Amino acid sequence: MNTGAGDRPVLEVDGLSVDFTVRKRQVRILSDVGFSIGRGETLGIIGESGCGKSMTALSLMGMVPSPPGRISAGRILLNGEDLCAASESRMRAIRGRNISMIFQEPMTSLNPVYTVGNQIAETIRRHKGLSGADALAEAVDLLRLVHIPAPDKRVSAYPHELSGGMRQRVMIAMALACEPDVLIADEPTTALDVTVQAQIFDLLREIQDARGTAIVLITHDFGAVSEMADRVIVMYAGHKIEEGSLDEVSDDARHPYTQGLLRCMPEIRARARERRQPLPEIPGVVPDLLKGLTGCPFASRCPSAMDRCRELPPSFALAPQRAVKCWLADASAAPGEQPA
Amino acid sequence: MSEAQEPTVPPVRFDDPADVPEVRWRVTAAMFYGNKAAVLGIAVLAAILLVGLFGPLLLQADPFAIVGAPLTAPGELRPLGTDYLGRDVLAGMIHGTRPTLIVALSATAFTVVIGLSVGAVAGFYGGRIDNLLMRITEFFQVLPPLVFAMVIVAIMGAHFMTVIIAIGVTTWTNLARLTRAEFLKIKEREFVLADRAIGVRDSRLILRVLLPNALPPLIIAVTLQTGLTIIYEAALSFLGLTDPDIMTWGKMIGLSRDFFFDAWWSVTFPGLAILLTTLCIALIGDGLNDAFNPRLRGR
Repeated sequence: MNTGAGDRPVLEVDGLSVDFTVRKRQVRILSDVGFSIGRGETLGIIGESGCGKSMTALSLMGMVPSPPGRISAGRILLNGEDLCAASESRMRAIRGRNISMIFQEPMTSLNPVYTVGNQIAETIRRHKGLSGADALAEAVDLLRLVHIPAPDKRVSAYPHELSGGMRQRVMIAMALACEPDVLIADEPTTALDVTVQAQIFDLLREIQDARGTAIVLITHDFGAVSEMADRVIVMYAGHKIEEGSLDEVSDDARHPYTQGLLRCMPEIRARARERRQPLPEIPGVVPDLLKGLTGCPFASRCPSAMDRCRELPPSFALAPQRAVKCWLADASAAPGEQPA
Repeated sequence: MSEAQEPTVPPVRFDDPADVPEVRWRVTAAMFYGNKAAVLGIAVLAAILLVGLFGPLLLQADPFAIVGAPLTAPGELRPLGTDYLGRDVLAGMIHGTRPTLIVALSATAFTVVIGLSVGAVAGFYGGRIDNLLMRITEFFQVLPPLVFAMVIVAIMGAHFMTVIIAIGVTTWTNLARLTRAEFLKIKEREFVLADRAIGVRDSRLILRVLLPNALPPLIIAVTLQTGLTIIYEAALSFLGLTDPDIMTWGKMIGLSRDFFFDAWWSVTFPGLAILLTTLCIALIGDGLNDAFNPRLRGR
């Protein structure tokens, strides 16, 4: 959590935009997304399906499917090196070594025809140039690190012989093999049950404390974010609409979308029966990016939409690392303007 | 719940099978040898190979020599009878084993190399490369393979190698399409993305990640292809487009086909030999597939 001055962030993303060509038309999937993460920090990226969370992750890995996709603007600085300008072979050297990723589905993200040890050793062989036996020995150590029981035996297990939680641990071991500076976790616990979810978060935190890994946690679950993240960015339709520390965003959300998202969280009340009420929802659906949006992407669903929302608001910085992309946050706004 | 049920609950054991360190090739071999059909296939194919290797030395008869009356039924002197020219069917089969197997295996190998490479590259890269390779594949598909093979043999001359090349060049398309389809399916799976995310290069992704996962249907296709190759060679022989000095099973069937009702033996025995060989290869392929499939281990 050392985001203080003088500490250069490990990862800086600046004005990142990704375009997809769909039926000969350019569609902007990510618009001007920017954030930074310091060593040992966890940044939660939250949003609903299709808001650009996973595309952000793929951009960081340099794995935007191309064609049809393309990073059209922006910079991704990892330890000061611009990944957008890196060659494919340079990117291959960086992937797995400096930045790595855990995927959503532990059931499908391991290759069924190789033992888990073999797959972990693959990363080690590739990036550290160790021989087969040494790499396998290191794989055993990694399995121990992620608390897999009897690691020297599990190393020769095939993925289908392991449970979902175990597989996710194996994925984490793979991702951590070369002690990356940044670990991207794309919905790492969505496919797991709640107990295992808590264990995986504990594990990630433990590793982060020990190694100072920066974690980008991508999720649609505010619960996961509030458990793990130091800072949060909220995404909607490819825009970063709000950024702040966990407390700022959860206690003092400024963007109507974030406020709506927080209201949608079910609460467990002591005497639920007395105050039974339907779970609030945000009316409407995510806009179709194909239709070409002008103005604020959330305007059509926003309870406080006004005339100005026909124009895309800039990101208003309220404080360092605290920003809201909404006209409501515009301090210079005419005080008389009323929500329509 | 009841006390009577209690003893039936097995005690929890912590020394699970993973306790025994697994030596992989040994497990694979054990799986393979546990498969009786596959072992039978190996045994019979080995016997056929031995006949191919040593048969001509033991039975030094000329398969083209006329040794008796045409269409003699199997009997004491000629165990498998004679064909329509009075040539010994047994001698033909034994001397035909080696060339038949060589043509079948090398033409299949040729087919596999072309088909797998084209299909893998097309399926993996997609886009323009896929488009180009698939149009080429279709070009080969719309040509009647036999006519195409005839043209190749006619241009290059009726040599043994020409026949192998002609069969290989005309029959790789199915395998290419199958490989491409498998690759298209598998490359969408998340572990391919995960392997990319640890910096695995394309060539390794194709050979070590996608190909092993695509193998099961391909092995079946290849074993069937081997049988087809023998048939193709027979068709070319029938048209007189193979090396006239070399006897093969296919050639025997092709030449004696019209005499099936007068001399069933001249067609049936080489036909059975082809069937047996193809079946053995299919059984072995099946056994290998099961043995290499980690999911079936411990069954």
